[in-house]
Amino acid sequence: MASRAILQSRQGISVISGARWMSSWWKNVEPAPKDPILGVTEAFLADPSPNKVNVGVGAYRDDNGKPVVLACVREAERRIAGNMKMEYLPMGGSVKMVEETLKLAYGENSDLLKDKRIAAVQALSGTGACRLFADYQKRFKPESQIYIPVPTWANHHNIWRDAQVPQRTFHYYHPATRGLDFASLMDDIKNAPNGSFFLLHACAHNPTGVDPSEEQWREISHQFKVKGHFAFFDMAYQGFASGDPERDAKAIRIFLEDGHLIGCAQSYAKNMGLYGQRVGCLSVVCEDEKQAVAVKSQLQQLARPMYSNPPVHGALIVSTILGDPELKNLWLKEVKMMADRIIGMRIALRENLEKLGSPLSWEHITNQIGMFCYSGMTPEQVDRLASNFHIYMTRNGRISMAGVTTGNVGYLANAIHEVTKSV
Amino acid sequence: MSPQEESDCPRFDQAHSFSSSDRRISALVRHLTVPTHASPMDSISAAPTSAFGTADSVFAHVVQAPEDPILGVTVAYNKDPSPNKLNLGVGAYRTEEGKPLVLNVVRRAEQQLVNDRSRVKEYLPIIGLAEFNKLSAKLIFGAESPAILENRVTTVQCLSGTGSLRVGAEFLARHYHERTIYIPVPTWGNHPKVFTLGGLSVKTYRYYDPATRGLNFQGLLEDLGSAPSGAIVLLHACAHNPTGVDPTLEQWEQIRQLMRSKGLLPFFDSAYQGFASGRLDADAQSIRMFVADGGECLVAQSYAKNMGLYGERVGAFSIVCKSADVARRVESQLKLVIRPMYSNPPIHGASIVATILRDRDMYNEWTVELKAMADRIISMRHELFDALRARGTPGDWSHIIKQIGMFTFTGLNSEQVAFMTKEYHIYMTSDGRISMAGLSSRTVPHLADAIHAAVTRMG
Repeated sequence: MASRAILQSRQGISVISGARWMSSWWKNVEPAPKDPILGVTEAFLADPSPNKVNVGVGAYRDDNGKPVVLACVREAERRIAGNMKMEYLPMGGSVKMVEETLKLAYGENSDLLKDKRIAAVQALSGTGACRLFADYQKRFKPESQIYIPVPTWANHHNIWRDAQVPQRTFHYYHPATRGLDFASLMDDIKNAPNGSFFLLHACAHNPTGVDPSEEQWREISHQFKVKGHFAFFDMAYQGFASGDPERDAKAIRIFLEDGHLIGCAQSYAKNMGLYGQRVGCLSVVCEDEKQAVAVKSQLQQLARPMYSNPPVHGALIVSTILGDPELKNLWLKEVKMMADRIIGMRIALRENLEKLGSPLSWEHITNQIGMFCYSGMTPEQVDRLASNFHIYMTRNGRISMAGVTTGNVGYLANAIHEVTKSV
Repeated sequence: MSPQEESDCPRFDQAHSFSSSDRRISALVRHLTVPTHASPMDSISAAPTSAFGTADSVFAHVVQAPEDPILGVTVAYNKDPSPNKLNLGVGAYRTEEGKPLVLNVVRRAEQQLVNDRSRVKEYLPIIGLAEFNKLSAKLIFGAESPAILENRVTTVQCLSGTGSLRVGAEFLARHYHERTIYIPVPTWGNHPKVFTLGGLSVKTYRYYDPATRGLNFQGLLEDLGSAPSGAIVLLHACAHNPTGVDPTLEQWEQIRQLMRSKGLLPFFDSAYQGFASGRLDADAQSIRMFVADGGECLVAQSYAKNMGLYGERVGAFSIVCKSADVARRVESQLKLVIRPMYSNPPIHGASIVATILRDRDMYNEWTVELKAMADRIISMRHELFDALRARGTPGDWSHIIKQIGMFTFTGLNSEQVAFMTKEYHIYMTSDGRISMAGLSSRTVPHLADAIHAAVTRMG
């Protein structure tokens, strides 16, 4: 077949040949399983029922169930529209955006900032920050593993797996109490080999909404010091948990006070509503400025063969807002408003369930914090919520409170009561 | 710390006027203070090898990475105070005034987006904006491409060309039976790292002939001919970076036949569609030839240059498959590559592209602006060639007008380049590549002087 093709072309006959007979190189490619979280939205969208409720993906909704673009974001966009050069950012991203972002996590007057001890790069939201860190960990601590809480955001496992960093787990959620399994958590910290790497959710744990108390964080930090563990904080909800960004950074500040050299992933997806813009930051605290420069250069070396340099638009929105005191204040107000609405919905959902006479305890709805409520429902109960009530959530029973409104909280409570009352 | 501990602890940290070393000392002091309150944890003594009492970084051994050779040029340029400095490093288009250019049509699209209050910033799907993907496929393969009409193409939005290449590499490393990719010599500096980190191993094939400053076609055919069956081959769709040397259509046809006969898998990098000749369809011919024969291929598309969207990171990765069923399965696997990398791509740039491509008027406006950019570059080539001829600079400089796209591979060696940087403040990559986009009528004479001096004084 191939020689015929060459012969024909030598004879000057224009022939398109040689490839039609070949079978696909991808015959053996299996269809991949659907992403458990994003698949929920797909199912929701496909449902024609007028009563359908989406409490799956953690994207904020207002009380009408609509996505929200913050006013500060609209204003920032208005200011920058028409002015952007769209040139490549440096590999490490927008310096201004990173500076403002570090202030949020580390504190405006942090000595670490003054002493330039933080290696930081703009990253593709929280996912991108975690992945860059995982790749960095693989390259510079190849013998290390990552300890991941049970449960955690499902994609954490994918990220460290694709970075080829071996994973272990540590106890976190206590199903019996729907709270923190503190004793087992501390045991796991102690039993891990010295110098282990741990993934910690800075606030508003995803998916459980269960956070350690301040006292518990102090004990965790102390034990980390004893063991020489490395703390990597994933902070995707700063401001979104309590409504106060400073308060939501407490765990990180405790660790910093204790002198830990932490790593941190930050995301503006939720707290600035910039989901699709993919804006975030990865930072690694170093011993001194020289080390920070070296580490930053290595982070850039990992970003370059992945995407060269990060997207400019979202970064410009962030730096416009955080760099302008008026806009920043507006943002703080809007973040608090979002957090307050969610807290209000938690109270409403719990009250509704209690009023319905549910035999179960629903305290955890208001004990937990942030966007998600780990309801404690089983996968089968979740399936029934979807098939009988057109209510969509991930099968681990995680409810995105952002999807709850005054309009649907009664319906939701009723449905939950129906599927759980005979337990 | 408990209140008890705090009172035992000297409070150095309250004095903000202390130097950074004082602050570090105070931090260490806090570590060394033994907690005095009773807690369940007291029964655990510090492990002998624990880090208790130290602030050593686990990354203390990390050394500073070298500057990226291409992006490092701009870093060096920015540091230079000379008023005559010229940046011919990064391939970013510049106007005649040496300014970055945002296309008018892009501004229009942006305004539309800003004014549309119904737009939200929600997550895109993992594979990005659906309309953008469809329009991108049409742009590169042709709207009437049988592969598209038969639903055999999967297209996913990625972060510009780099992101598309990386996603493609990771997909191949997981799902393709051959792990070796052949890249031309020379090629874009970032290619080897993208493929290596993506899980492939990199080999090379001859491409550029320094003697002719053209294509080493014989060497190319020999090297591809001796590649193992099934190997992946990276092809620059047009406007080869860094050399600007492209195969002719007849040569492309020979390459195609050879590759198909050996079952070599084509992986196209299309970063300059429309920018090379000024015509979008012409610049896509190489790819379309391969698609027309019914075979499979991979394509990385970038809108960085041809729409001037550099920093927005807009691109698309396509796999042309044998059947629609295969395309669907392949797409589902691409999601598994993307999700742990960045979850979903950035929305802004893709929205601009979709706005432009879907609107007949805006599309036409774009083609006009694109042609203007390509034409300006071609005229810079001619001006530089004429200027060197006028100076009687030794050597054959016709390659400047024969090469195509944003770059010229001058043939200057690294010593000559260093000389030009030092004496004439010309910034370019040490392989002798210059970005024609960085030139203007005003600056051509300065560059010509520099080249002349480098060639005559440094041989």
